[in-house]
Amino acid sequence: MTQVILGGLDGNRTWRLADYVARGGYEALRKALSGMTPEQVIEEVKKSSLRGRGGAGFPTGLKWTFMPRNYSGDKYVVCNSDEGEPGTFKDRDILRYNPHALIEGMILAGYAMGATRGYNYIHGEIWSVYERCEEAVQEARDAGFLGQNILGSEFSFDLFNHHGYGAYICGEETALLESLEGKKGQPRYKPPFPATYGLYGKPTTINNTETFASVPWIIRHGGQAFLELGKPNNGGTKIFSVSGHVSRPGNYEVPLGTPFAKLLEMAGGVRGGRKIKAVIPGGSSMPVLPGDVMMQLDMDYDSISKAGSMLGSGAVIVMDETTCMVRALERLSWFYHEESCGQCTPCREGTGWLYRVIHRMEHGQGRAEDLDLLLSLSDNIQGRTICALGDAAAMPVRSFVNHFRAEFEHHVTHKRCLVEGSARQEKVA
Amino acid sequence: MDMPFLSPHDTDLGTPEKISDQQVSLHIDGHPVTVPRGTSLMRAAALTGLSIPKLCATDTLEPFGSCRLCLVEIEGRKGFPASCTTPAEEGMVVRTQSTQLAQLRRGVMELYISDHPLDCLTCASNGDCELQDMAGAVGLREVRYPSIEHHHLTAQKDDSNPYFVYDPSKCIVCNRCVRACEEIQGTFALTLSGRGFSSRVSPGESQPFMASECVSCGACVDACPTATLVEKSILEAGQPEYSVVTTCAYCGVGCGFKADMKGTEVVRMTPWKGGKANEGHACVKGRFAWGYATHKDRILTPMIRKHITDPWQVVSWEEAIQYAASEFRRIQGTYGRDAVGGITSSRCTNEETYLAQKMVRAAFGNNNVDTCARVCHSPTGYGLGMTYGTSAGTQTFKSVEHSDVILIIGANPTDAHPVFGSRLKKRLREGARLIIIDPRRIDLVQGPHFKADYLLQLRPGTNVAIINAIAHVIVTEGLVASDFVNTRCDMESFQAWKAFVVQPHNSPEAMEPVTGVPATQVREAARLYATGGNAAIYYGLGVTEHAQGSTMVIGIANLAMVTGNIGKEGVGVNPLRGQNNVQGSCDMGSFPHEYPGYRHVSDDATRHSFESAWGLPLRKEPGLRIPNMFEAALDGSFRGLYCQGEDIVQSDPNTQHVIAALSSLECLVVQDIFLNETAKYAHVFLPGSSFLEKDGTFTNAERRISRVRKVMPPKGGMSDWEVTVALSNALGYPMHYSHPSEIMDEIARLTPTFSGVSYDLLDRLGSVQWPCDDQNPEGTPLMHVGSFVRGLGQFMITQYVPTDEKVTPKFPLLLTTGRILSQYNVGAQTRRTANMAFHSEDRLDIHPHDAEDRGILDGDWVGVSSRSGNTVLRAHVSERMSPGVVYTTFHFPESGSNVITTDNSDWATNCPEYKVTAVQVTRVRQMSDWQKYHQQFDEMQQHLLRPGPEQMTPS
Repeated sequence: MTQVILGGLDGNRTWRLADYVARGGYEALRKALSGMTPEQVIEEVKKSSLRGRGGAGFPTGLKWTFMPRNYSGDKYVVCNSDEGEPGTFKDRDILRYNPHALIEGMILAGYAMGATRGYNYIHGEIWSVYERCEEAVQEARDAGFLGQNILGSEFSFDLFNHHGYGAYICGEETALLESLEGKKGQPRYKPPFPATYGLYGKPTTINNTETFASVPWIIRHGGQAFLELGKPNNGGTKIFSVSGHVSRPGNYEVPLGTPFAKLLEMAGGVRGGRKIKAVIPGGSSMPVLPGDVMMQLDMDYDSISKAGSMLGSGAVIVMDETTCMVRALERLSWFYHEESCGQCTPCREGTGWLYRVIHRMEHGQGRAEDLDLLLSLSDNIQGRTICALGDAAAMPVRSFVNHFRAEFEHHVTHKRCLVEGSARQEKVA
Repeated sequence: MDMPFLSPHDTDLGTPEKISDQQVSLHIDGHPVTVPRGTSLMRAAALTGLSIPKLCATDTLEPFGSCRLCLVEIEGRKGFPASCTTPAEEGMVVRTQSTQLAQLRRGVMELYISDHPLDCLTCASNGDCELQDMAGAVGLREVRYPSIEHHHLTAQKDDSNPYFVYDPSKCIVCNRCVRACEEIQGTFALTLSGRGFSSRVSPGESQPFMASECVSCGACVDACPTATLVEKSILEAGQPEYSVVTTCAYCGVGCGFKADMKGTEVVRMTPWKGGKANEGHACVKGRFAWGYATHKDRILTPMIRKHITDPWQVVSWEEAIQYAASEFRRIQGTYGRDAVGGITSSRCTNEETYLAQKMVRAAFGNNNVDTCARVCHSPTGYGLGMTYGTSAGTQTFKSVEHSDVILIIGANPTDAHPVFGSRLKKRLREGARLIIIDPRRIDLVQGPHFKADYLLQLRPGTNVAIINAIAHVIVTEGLVASDFVNTRCDMESFQAWKAFVVQPHNSPEAMEPVTGVPATQVREAARLYATGGNAAIYYGLGVTEHAQGSTMVIGIANLAMVTGNIGKEGVGVNPLRGQNNVQGSCDMGSFPHEYPGYRHVSDDATRHSFESAWGLPLRKEPGLRIPNMFEAALDGSFRGLYCQGEDIVQSDPNTQHVIAALSSLECLVVQDIFLNETAKYAHVFLPGSSFLEKDGTFTNAERRISRVRKVMPPKGGMSDWEVTVALSNALGYPMHYSHPSEIMDEIARLTPTFSGVSYDLLDRLGSVQWPCDDQNPEGTPLMHVGSFVRGLGQFMITQYVPTDEKVTPKFPLLLTTGRILSQYNVGAQTRRTANMAFHSEDRLDIHPHDAEDRGILDGDWVGVSSRSGNTVLRAHVSERMSPGVVYTTFHFPESGSNVITTDNSDWATNCPEYKVTAVQVTRVRQMSDWQKYHQQFDEMQQHLLRPGPEQMTPS
């Protein structure tokens, strides 16, 4: 089975430039600079059907065409390595075990879009990864892959790593730009989109780490080959961060369209032989799906979307039959309450109330009207805010209540949990 | 004729105006509307009379899009875009009201209110609260969230600022205050600390307001939609009843204000959005420091006395006026017609100044009239008059928005002209380049998001050397704007000037030892000024108050001409005038040699027009300037002086000399709102009226004439113009005016550049920039377009001549003086306000090296001695100074800054050389002899005032 990014790696031992080159690294760059126009590079990416791996799944090639071609000033490419969504840990491993794939991908993107400068914004809580990226960038610079006239061509490009301080909101692309500019990380309203008004007000394209890291393979092997790894409109492989109640949690790079059942099997199945209850298929902000529904699905953008959730960042959180869904939601809501930037009123005030209402349900103080209140509050947040954090906070609530309403009602009426073996099974109030 | 009362609530269109030559048409709630491209949906709706609910949007700030109340529906688009951040587009169909929008807005309001105290009835903003208004607008009827422990209702108030209170419990995190501090004021003192639900406005690093970088401009208070930031005066007095538009009486920016009134009591001053000089911004003085108008020190009754050692006698207006008139007539009878004179005030209105000079010329029968512009911008009048033909700045303040390079010489706008300073900073943040020529590291050298490209930190007194060096570079490096010079300037004068500046002694290298500025810096700065696009010069008293003040003004004028930086937006020569009406007092003929409109008294045609209008023959010889009056007083030929609203004892140089001159007068009549330092030497005191107590006009530094409107009756019973009329009548020269508008009509009849000005016009336009005549019926924002007022621009040679004031081993340091943000000139007003909390004494700024050499620590008392005198100040050790230069302010009479300054003055205009005094500084333990004298004299004069003015009743 072909692995575009994680293939051929051997843990900590093979991240250096020499190892990457031995795996065929920087051949794509050589190929592009010696024989492809920027337009041809974009064309290959379009052909590959590569979709944004950060969560939204927007077609990458199309996004790259949004950058103005004949712009006289600076243009930027920015990598969003501010991976903060609970359950997601793939970018960390890409940066740690295969940093040159990202570097080469960003250089190719710079070439394709005429950008001369790239920034890799790394989550603030993975310091050792930041340090490794610094080393890798220096290796690339020393080898002439970064800097003036790369590989003797007309093209010059340099790349800089930047680490955040752990705020989830800085993973939102415009908040990331604000933070990169040295300001408080708060999303900008759109339009204008970054392609016209991005970093320092200049045309900017922001892609996820995994997206950039897929590009070298696409250029080397062709867009069509990448597309064929997956299925139509869902080209290539995808790294899934499988976590929760599985025996072997970890990152699994599989072709898009791989059945969930197979992925679960790769992760060792549900821990302790228990039954699967629910799965969040794309990171904590995506709607939860019941386990039996998931077992019938394929892991690709379109299949998951059809079932009412989203593939998101590919963080698969598996919950077994002992999970109290009220308690799980309480934990998730706390996260969004804690991470709201505070700009938009519905999110700033609303995420607090989501958490407080769920908290009192979980603690046996829920009121009959609370479920309606939760849903109405979610309605008031979702789609009402500048960025998607509001949606991220509201979507889990709606899906949890939707699929597991009985559990919530039980908490309210009986002041205790319905689930055998869960922490709140004893009556608390 | 006066403007009707306004509502204290401004119309708010939600987002700022966008200028575009393209228009777009759309439908909002079925109404067709056409707006310039780029206009927000919110503003487009507001322009059609629809009001979309909003809280974080206001038309003085860029849209932010965070409150989510203004969401709308657009046909063909999914979701609910925010109307403040969505530009109107051709053909759009927008709905601002629907069931879903109503539900959505109620949801947002419910969330706001779930964390807001519900003490509306006892809240300071009751009646002026946008949150309250919006709750009503969206129909909020219930809050389904119970009260909780984790809200902000118990947050501590910060009342550290003397003028406003910050109550975090009422904060709705709309960010307007933070954005106002950034976008409008440019101080960046505020931020939102914390994240999400914990977000709260925080000054500096979560400090109290007073400990932060806040400059108390009040923009945040203005921007706040709730009572989170609210004026203490409103907390005390409640909401205003009505507002009257008027003009600030502090610096020469001339900000438009709304006096927010309750009966005849001012409860708040808010900058007027329609004020073209300030466009809705203000500073700590104009917005907050107006309490002096009702201070207990106001003297409200006329007083007379025979000798200055006699107790003051409270008398009626009639008796005081009669006494003053009879004394002036007696003196003229004994010593001759020229033995009396008058000083007009740059603090008073145009109409009052006009009357004061008219009284001197017509009733006294001489031309002995002068004004405080003598000691500030008289060289500007001379220099710009000679080169361009008009004694005033060339641009509007707004013009700076088009500048690419800004050259600031001897001015400190962020302190002395703060509202213009904020405009300037905004342009700098947008990327304009900046050159500063100043001996001090002023705040504009580096600030939030800007930095000067060049600071030419020259030795005081070497301005002309620098300007010649810059001109040398421009000419020798081929940077002359030949087209402009060839078509617009007098070529003979240009050739002569060119031959002069190219001489090697004017090169930056030759001048380096004189100015102390590295030649390479001068060369680079000169190239930037000449080639960086639109280049504008702004200058202040650091240019004029020198022995070569007029030469320097001419040098500046030459520089703008030789680079073609005249006659369009974004360029020009812009004097930053110090006082509210110093431009106006000069325009109104306050100088001994000029009638209103800068026309020489010896010009027959002009004089005849005044003679025929005033009905008597007038003198063709110029009268005495202020320093000449002092000389004449000391030699016995000048015996009586009418001094209106100016404190010459504190503000003029060489205090001892001024005191000696005034002490020799037989009749000194002082008209002022306080018993100022000059009044302590007076024989007749006539109560003045503050700007709140009279009608009139002020003219600001951009030649803008704006209305001053009476919001309360004169506290002493008479407006200043009425006092002058009464005095003139008593002198036997009757004046007949029932309203200041009639005085303006007379000015317009007699002054060509004012011929179109009337109160009707001012009411209609808000303000007007002279010249205002048949050709320019709505005034002239931009001067010298196409040709100079004098025809061809005149180059003049500016030979550098070192000042006589030189450092010696005995006086090794150079003292320069100026003012700071929170105090104003002699401090008579600001010292009687809570601005004392910001700055309560004059201090001597000294560089750490000079301090260390003398064993001086920060806060030590130091003696400052010059060839004129000595005084004692507290030292402030600061790296803003360059070594060898010390600095102080002159806001406090007891510090005696002008005891040290000398008699040296500008060769052309006698403007004193305040900016260069050689001094020595030493640690001391006690007051100087002069300060002891001042203290004793002050105590005596306070004693002679008893019974105190607070016990007197107006006559």
